[in-house]
Amino acid sequence: MWKQNLAGLLAAFMFGAAGALADSTVPRSWDDITEQAKGQTVYFHAWGGEPRINSYIQWAAGELDKIYGVTVEHVKVAETANVVTQIIAEKSAGRDTNGSVDLVWINGENFNTLKSLRLLAEPGWAQTLPNWQYVDVEGKPTVIKDFTIPTDGQESPWGMAQLVFMHDTRRLPQPPASLSELAEYLAENPGRFSYPQPPEFFGTTFLKQALITLIDDPSKLDRPVNSATFEQDVKPLFDFLDELHPTLWRGGQAFPRNAAHMRQLLGDGEIDIAFSFNPADASSAIENGELPDTVRSFVLRGGTIGNTHFVAIPYNSSAKEGAMLLANFLLSPLAQARKQDPKIWGDPTVLDIAALPAEDRARFDELDLGIATLSPEDLGATLPEPHPTWVSELEKAWAARYGGS
Amino acid sequence: MAQRFQMKTGLGAGSPKLPTLLLFVLLAGPISAGLLGTLLPAFGYLPALGASDPSPDAFRALFSAPGIWTSIALSLGTGLVATALSLGIVILFTAGWSSTRAFDNLRRFLSPLLSVPHAAAAFGLAFLIAPSGFLVRLVSPALSGWERPPDLLILNDPYGLTMTAGLILKEVPFLFLMTVAALTQVNVKSISRAVASLGYGRMRGFLITAAPQVYPQIRLPVLAVLAYSTSVVDVALILGPTTPAPLAPRILVWLSDPDPAMRLKASAGAVLQIAVSALAILIWLGFERLARNWFFRTSRTGRRQASDRVPRFLVLTFVIILVAVTASGFGLLGLWSVARGWWFPDTFPAQLTLATWREALTTGGTTIWTTFVLGAGSAICCAALVIWLLESHTRAGNVPGNRLRQFLFLPLLVPQVSFLFGLQVLFIHAQIDGTLLAVMLAHSVFVLPYVFLALADPWAHQDPRYARIAATLGATNSRIFRKVRLPMLLTPLLVAIAIGFAVSVGQYLPTVLIGSGRVSTVTTESLALAAGGNRSLLGVYAMLQLILPFIVFSLASLIPALVFRNRLGMRPTSTH
Repeated sequence: MWKQNLAGLLAAFMFGAAGALADSTVPRSWDDITEQAKGQTVYFHAWGGEPRINSYIQWAAGELDKIYGVTVEHVKVAETANVVTQIIAEKSAGRDTNGSVDLVWINGENFNTLKSLRLLAEPGWAQTLPNWQYVDVEGKPTVIKDFTIPTDGQESPWGMAQLVFMHDTRRLPQPPASLSELAEYLAENPGRFSYPQPPEFFGTTFLKQALITLIDDPSKLDRPVNSATFEQDVKPLFDFLDELHPTLWRGGQAFPRNAAHMRQLLGDGEIDIAFSFNPADASSAIENGELPDTVRSFVLRGGTIGNTHFVAIPYNSSAKEGAMLLANFLLSPLAQARKQDPKIWGDPTVLDIAALPAEDRARFDELDLGIATLSPEDLGATLPEPHPTWVSELEKAWAARYGGS
Repeated sequence: MAQRFQMKTGLGAGSPKLPTLLLFVLLAGPISAGLLGTLLPAFGYLPALGASDPSPDAFRALFSAPGIWTSIALSLGTGLVATALSLGIVILFTAGWSSTRAFDNLRRFLSPLLSVPHAAAAFGLAFLIAPSGFLVRLVSPALSGWERPPDLLILNDPYGLTMTAGLILKEVPFLFLMTVAALTQVNVKSISRAVASLGYGRMRGFLITAAPQVYPQIRLPVLAVLAYSTSVVDVALILGPTTPAPLAPRILVWLSDPDPAMRLKASAGAVLQIAVSALAILIWLGFERLARNWFFRTSRTGRRQASDRVPRFLVLTFVIILVAVTASGFGLLGLWSVARGWWFPDTFPAQLTLATWREALTTGGTTIWTTFVLGAGSAICCAALVIWLLESHTRAGNVPGNRLRQFLFLPLLVPQVSFLFGLQVLFIHAQIDGTLLAVMLAHSVFVLPYVFLALADPWAHQDPRYARIAATLGATNSRIFRKVRLPMLLTPLLVAIAIGFAVSVGQYLPTVLIGSGRVSTVTTESLALAAGGNRSLLGVYAMLQLILPFIVFSLASLIPALVFRNRLGMRPTSTH
């Protein structure tokens, strides 16, 4: 009993010191939160470029209304960065309550920006969610370290991502197992691979994957960029790219727009290898008729880069309770299993399936992951994302070399 | 009694001052406020992001962006070339073929293209000419031997050639219809008869006599095309180069960067965009002078060039290709919207399905509705304002001056990206960003000029004797307006509303920026899908971009026929 009180006191001290909501100085029970959330409207700002994801969010919104009487409006954004600028603009316009964003789908650089500008709801709320107990903190360390930045409970994990490649077995039966094999393959078959142009997310991801493999000391990537050694650190990467570019699709003079465009090029047979951040992407695309059913997935020897995506509550949300209910619902075994179903979305869970109660575990066991999805064992090791500061530096260096010709 | 009516007219539409002022505020207000909102951050003043000291840092950052000069050159080059070629095609075609059957037929073909959003035309072109597109499929693998799409740099080529072609595809119909309208002011028939009797060839005769009279009338539309082409975003995103991209799409990328400093850089870019478009206009004015001198000299040589069969048929072929490309582009959009599993090198899809349409119509219902509300709302409001203005001028016994007409081109001459960004910042402060009303207001800035241009001429050409007869019969001003003028102008009014609707449907940047990403229309949705991999869904939304204006245009021609079904003299005639 007194232990709980101490935790409460401690929390009260921490939250009070953070100068957040007045009523958060008294820790509330989940029942209170559920009660206060009733009738709230949660504006959930989430990237809206994928119809399947949009339908999933629509489903979750319907459930939340049914269970808690909370209305969820999916605000489809084209770029999460726009949401960040919007919150910044609201802060500077003095709109400290009643902000237009209640929950945002976020990770990496965008999270880091909001966190460092203190534009997120008080720390620790994510761990108070009832469904937090199922989160696989041990097995998936990225659920509390977002691109090496500690989440401090300011965002709640939603799904996992890992870089996965795909190939059409009709045209390329045996895919390359490493980046150097990929380069060799392209030297013989020019034009059959490309990556989106950075700063597009997937393009930057490809750069990071290559950098992790090529940098002399990978531990440098856990720390902020050291501008003194940056040029030298990325030299192996750009040497590799200098050689790769003439053998890329369109000779490296034009680039695919994004992962979906790459997928389309793979379907058209313009390229032999595409990649995605969702291990179930190939299966879902086959299901949709966007890829022929001869496409399969593969990963590189030594592992591929992976991360977690989250939902976060801005500091000026007026529906924090409703947003927490939504975040908690998105973490529930029911919602997580549905999300992992490739027919629905195919996004891997953040939960520790083995630790779930039997009936919830069954939901996952029943899933048919699809013909082109690798099993968790075949997915291999997940490499951590570099510190966020590497992203903008890499993008700048890339643009200076290839983007301004 | 009489006094009461006088009072009523005095308060109502008596003086054109109030509607003129309103129109001025509606156009100049957002533009000047937006420009200010762009200028201040460009020079380092954006308190919202903690920048309050004026500094040239944003411009320094802008000019140190890699490939910025290439971007500027691309914007200038693609804009000037697209405008010059479009104008050249239109003038030469008019010279060679005006008052022929071919000319009239093409006018009928090209008129509906006016309402087609740029993005839809660009998608159609992409589906046609991409290495995995329809043309290559047509010859593969049988003729070309290509089992797989050739690795050819056709779309997004670094020189912007495809982008220029995409712009020409859309600007030729616009300039052509503007020229057709201008031709009615010039007595082409008698002029061409006169020059023909002097032994001039058809084309040369037109060029040295009629063209100098036509050009001044289409000059503002030409400059609007130039300003648009040098600052275009949607066509550049679909067809343009990316290493680097032209200036305007790059500004948009900077705008959506999480780093606050990038917003300042984007503002500086927006200011630079004004300079680039202004420079393009200056260069154009220089060309105009050269062209004038050349015309002057060549017309004095007295050369006749009586036989111009070859150039005439060349330009006709060119125009036919242009129409064919546009039409087959739309055909492909339609085909993709019902295709499933259409892999290279299949010429036609293996399976046809309506599933994509069903899906889009169920999940995209709000989007379609939003598009409709925005289009109808802005078009009807603008039409009401224009009618008010025209009616008050009529009652004052005059017509809107030329200066007003020129002023209406203002929103078409200022690069969109340059003032919409500033406007967005203001709207955020006013807390009305992302609302339908704000987006409708932004759309109206672009809808109003077209509605006015579409309505002003039919209004002016109305026979004033009808109103006079009604007045002698004792009808009041407002009764004349309701019972005589409005019914007689119903057809052009509905057409003007339809044009306004189509303009609204095609707006990409105002919707994205002022809507804060929260207002989605079929155009923003299709641009978002262009980045995705689902061509069938893209086909559906691109088709919706065509279908929605088409429905409204159909209504515009149906309603008068219904309303006037028992008025023989009011039936739309087929020659119209």
